[in-house]
Amino acid sequence: MTDFPWLTLLLLVPMVGAAVVAGMPRGFARSRELAMGISLVTLLLGVLIAFQFDIGSSTQYQLSEVYPWIPQFGVSFALGVDGIALSMILLGVVLVPICLLAAWNDVPNGNNRRQQTYFALMLVLESMMIGVFAATDVFLFYVFFEVMLIPVYFLIGSFGGAGRAKAATSFLLYSLLGGLIMLVAVIALYLQGPGGTEGFLIQNLTGLPIDASTERWLFAGFFIAFAIKAPMWPVHTWLPHAASEARPATAVLLVGVLDKVGTFGMLRFCLQLFPEASQWATPLVMTLAVISILVGAMLAIGETDMMRLIAYTSISHFGFIVLGIFALTTVSMTGSTLYMVNHGFTTAALFLIAAMMIQRRGSRQIADFGGWQRVTPLIAGSFLIAGLSGLALPGLNSFVSEFMVIIGTFQTYPVYAVIGSMGVLLAALYILLMYKKVATGPAPEEFAGTTPDMSMREKFVVAPLILAFLVLGFYPKPVTELLEPAVQTTLQNVGVSNPAPTSVDAEGNER
Amino acid sequence: MSVFETSAGIALTETHSVTATAADGFASLGWLMIALPLLGAAVLLIGGKATNSWGPMFATIMSWAAFAVGLGVIFQMTGLAAEERSLSVQLWEWVSAGDLSVNVGLLLDPLSMVFVMLITFVGSLIHVYSLGYMEHDPDKRRFFAYLNLFIAAMLILVLADSYLVLFVGWEGVGLASYLLIGFWNWNPAYATAANKAFVVNRIGDLGLITAMAILFATVGALDYATVNESASSMSQGALLAVGLLLLLGACGKSAQFPLQSWLGDAMAGPTPVSALIHAATMVTAGVYLIARSQAIYIETPDARVVVAVVGAITLVYGAIVGCAKDDIKKALAASTMSQIGYMMLAVGLGPIGYTFAIFHLVTHGFFKAGMFLGAGSVMHGMKNRVDMRRFGGLSRVMKVTWITFMMGWLAILGVPPFAGFYSKDKIIETAFVGEGWQPWVFGFTALIGAGITAFYMSRLFFMTFQGKARWEDDQHPHESPKSMTVPMIILAVGSVSLGFILGPTGILENWLEPVFGHPEHHEPVLAIPLIIALTLTLVALGALLAYFMYWKSEVATEAPEGTAITKAARRDLLQDDFNEVFLRKPGEGMVTMLVATDRDLIEGGMVGKTTGSLAGLSDLLRRTQNGFVRSYAMTMLAGIVVILGAVWVMQ
Amino acid sequence: MTLVAYIYLATILFTIGALVVLTRRNTIVVFMGVELMLNATNLALVTFSRMHGTLDGQVYALFVMVVAAAEVVVGLAIIMSIFRARRTASVDDSNLLKL
Repeated sequence: MTDFPWLTLLLLVPMVGAAVVAGMPRGFARSRELAMGISLVTLLLGVLIAFQFDIGSSTQYQLSEVYPWIPQFGVSFALGVDGIALSMILLGVVLVPICLLAAWNDVPNGNNRRQQTYFALMLVLESMMIGVFAATDVFLFYVFFEVMLIPVYFLIGSFGGAGRAKAATSFLLYSLLGGLIMLVAVIALYLQGPGGTEGFLIQNLTGLPIDASTERWLFAGFFIAFAIKAPMWPVHTWLPHAASEARPATAVLLVGVLDKVGTFGMLRFCLQLFPEASQWATPLVMTLAVISILVGAMLAIGETDMMRLIAYTSISHFGFIVLGIFALTTVSMTGSTLYMVNHGFTTAALFLIAAMMIQRRGSRQIADFGGWQRVTPLIAGSFLIAGLSGLALPGLNSFVSEFMVIIGTFQTYPVYAVIGSMGVLLAALYILLMYKKVATGPAPEEFAGTTPDMSMREKFVVAPLILAFLVLGFYPKPVTELLEPAVQTTLQNVGVSNPAPTSVDAEGNER
Repeated sequence: MSVFETSAGIALTETHSVTATAADGFASLGWLMIALPLLGAAVLLIGGKATNSWGPMFATIMSWAAFAVGLGVIFQMTGLAAEERSLSVQLWEWVSAGDLSVNVGLLLDPLSMVFVMLITFVGSLIHVYSLGYMEHDPDKRRFFAYLNLFIAAMLILVLADSYLVLFVGWEGVGLASYLLIGFWNWNPAYATAANKAFVVNRIGDLGLITAMAILFATVGALDYATVNESASSMSQGALLAVGLLLLLGACGKSAQFPLQSWLGDAMAGPTPVSALIHAATMVTAGVYLIARSQAIYIETPDARVVVAVVGAITLVYGAIVGCAKDDIKKALAASTMSQIGYMMLAVGLGPIGYTFAIFHLVTHGFFKAGMFLGAGSVMHGMKNRVDMRRFGGLSRVMKVTWITFMMGWLAILGVPPFAGFYSKDKIIETAFVGEGWQPWVFGFTALIGAGITAFYMSRLFFMTFQGKARWEDDQHPHESPKSMTVPMIILAVGSVSLGFILGPTGILENWLEPVFGHPEHHEPVLAIPLIIALTLTLVALGALLAYFMYWKSEVATEAPEGTAITKAARRDLLQDDFNEVFLRKPGEGMVTMLVATDRDLIEGGMVGKTTGSLAGLSDLLRRTQNGFVRSYAMTMLAGIVVILGAVWVMQ
Repeated sequence: MTLVAYIYLATILFTIGALVVLTRRNTIVVFMGVELMLNATNLALVTFSRMHGTLDGQVYALFVMVVAAAEVVVGLAIIMSIFRARRTASVDDSNLLKL
């Protein structure tokens, strides 16, 4: 069964499903159920694929498929996954049904096609998400990278909040800017490579003898696009707009999964294709990462809008991820890739639970809340759990990854690690200050007793996320086992080995 | 690298590295100690309102069950030879990547089991007490869930076999403490206190994380066994850094100078919480951490001196603050801080101090928890008032509380034969051991601290129970129910008897010997009888002074203005003001500045100017789009002519 | 007679067409100017075809005719609807094609 085009199938199911949902007649009442069914089938398929994946295999990309697409230009439709890509795809296919459930009542089913469109766009997004992580052809990756913007643009621009137009435009322009710079680099990279009908395949572009300055330019082209996507300071300003104006479910997919394309791209392209330039750029990248951690956290502390605050926390967390990636040790990179998974769940929970309160209160301003622990105890309680995951409390998911990033980075760049770890302290501040303002204090008269607590549907949204927190917090081994070989391969491509402990024990045994 | 000579000339007679053997028999079920209270917390939190009726009792049973399991493990351990009493229970591989591999594993050794006994026994008693104390609270179930969560986290902390697993418990107790301090967080001040506790603790946690990073970079592992074995081969710089960073962590958790500011505010929590978490168990975790990291501190005498200095500063600091507080719980909190300062001082003194630190930790756990429960009982009878200036004369109406509190009071004073006499005086004696300036400074600090302790504890006791009743008119003090008094009685019995049971008999010393080794005996710089005599004299003087000031003479119901020192001490010696001016204000300014930068410079300036200039350019070009078809045609024609012209010129 | 004469003729016709387009206001007349330009181009293309002895120019001319026919249909329809809506056939009265 290994020759079966699993990944193409996985890509097509939500795509075709989206077409079916969109094609349903006006006022069709079951489009939500249909979309949910399709996303669940995709999830099932994703799990099946995960079982096909062989952890011990020595090939970098498994389940790979290569079909000629535009052979004249060397473009192929090539899919394949390593552990990192697979974990990201799984994160995506798990989060989509949760988001659909959270978005159940976002768009009322009137006498138009808005509801169908909304859910169809989400499914298109899922398909693109799978494509961008599975592409092993640089050009195909670029295509998915750009096409992905379309569903997000419409999800924000036609379904978002009051400032949606500005947010959607700003998102699109930022992403296009990065994307077009990357396009130049993609083409230039092809010209450096062997060419031919499969000239864009990553395998054929790895380990090229490129001269140093060209390599640095190419690195910069890719890196800028990924830094915008990730997003890193100082190209982050689109994220708070997009995340706060988008529907919460869209925000989750945008911040939780799509933005990971940035950090994923740094691993897959920047490091693997341009190892020399990556090491050359490391001090700058690490500095930006540390600034992202600290500035993102401080901006979160100063923010008054709940959704924007969560977006800023993500900027801080992305700083940690980038820090770990460029520290170039197995521990830090495994930590970063694990963080990419964990952050998806954490942000999802934060956004979705915050949205539950915002919907009940009718305001995103933190100052409008207070005492909600006594209005909706379950929602407030789960919000606290999500927040604790955000501040990396041991026992919950983020801790393992954040810790690995810090101590892994410390091996090679102790100063950056120590400064970056200040983010741990700031995280406690932004989460707990927000929780204090939102949930503690005297119960507000006009809401207490009348506002409904978590509904059954919302429980089903929150429960899998909290379960994921606990499982990944206490038993992350299945995921780290999936990630580590891919990380090792990347490190080999860069040509870096792990620093040995500086001390050896009394017997002189190396540990 | 050779084993580093310790500065005070203290050398170990035998190595302390006992390798843990895999636990078998009953001890292999040691994980149940953690799992049972954790289960209790989970059932109560997930079960929701359905568990309201039986939940608190269930939680209490779970806590006692953990105690029973601990007892069983100890029983099995006593059957083993002393050097085999270190058992390891490996559960599962937790974090692994590259060279990093950390198992979730438990280390059952004499040291951890002492803590297990203290935590589960005192903890279970406080569960029982809370059944009475929290009876009418609508959120009782949540309270017991958090208590169980705390017990589980605290047991993870002490049973962990690596720094990383310890850290899980470390932050876990921080979380439980946060939840319980903020249990009544409808009061915004209480919510702030909870946040403060968590954030200040995080500063310490940062130290612990960094210490682990250094350990991983130098030793390549985080489990105690490997670290202990390799400590001697680490560089002095790394050892000192690890030592100081671990101390930072300990300072946060144990409310030691300069991270002590949260403990007073933490009294916002319900009183059983203050007794359990902020007196008997969690706040002693820092002492545990340093005792557990003895292998590192033995190699780095400089860090050890810093530990002792921090302990000495805090013990005086807490004592001074304790003299000025009128809030009974805050006075007790200051006393806790001061007593933990004693323990810190003891562990800072090196191997000769470890056993006494743990000894004092255990006795303190009993008498301080007992006194807190007594304070809770007083508050229970006095409609939750805490101002001691409105107490007085309670000995007549609350007999049990009065007597049990008296036991605790005598114990903390160090009056023979109560528990504190054996534990605290040992620390004072040990502080006088050494060479150079150290014994004199540490010794006299500890000695004077004992005198101040006697003063403020007697002040507290007399103001509350003796003298004239200064109650407000609506007060009708009454004795608390049995569920509250019985735990108090049991703790009072411990305060009386633990000292001579564990001390002179050598039970505790022998029990802990496999962990701490057997240090050589060193003579203090003063003769021991002289030290004891001096201590007792100072204690008597302190108590007498308090007697004349707060029993014999009238106590004002409004606090007198007092001297500058009193005023400062009432404000925790201006610690909060310092933090406000030097940390919070600059931090706030920084945040405001960054928000402005982000809005005006990055979004407004960088991005805004770019988009703005593009828009301006397009505005210019737009002028040519006047909508007249003929002018478009003209432009097209002109364009073609220009192109053709260009082609013609080129040819 | 040389073939160049045809080119001159085509150029003159094109210029007349262009001037008509640029100067006249009536849409129908402008339209005829466009037709004149197209046919001038056709003449030039056919002439080039003859000069080079290939059929390419004639093929292009056929294309242009087809496009011109289509353009007439669409263009007249637009003019008709504008006239109906605005009661005018002047090009200067319709200037909606701007921001």
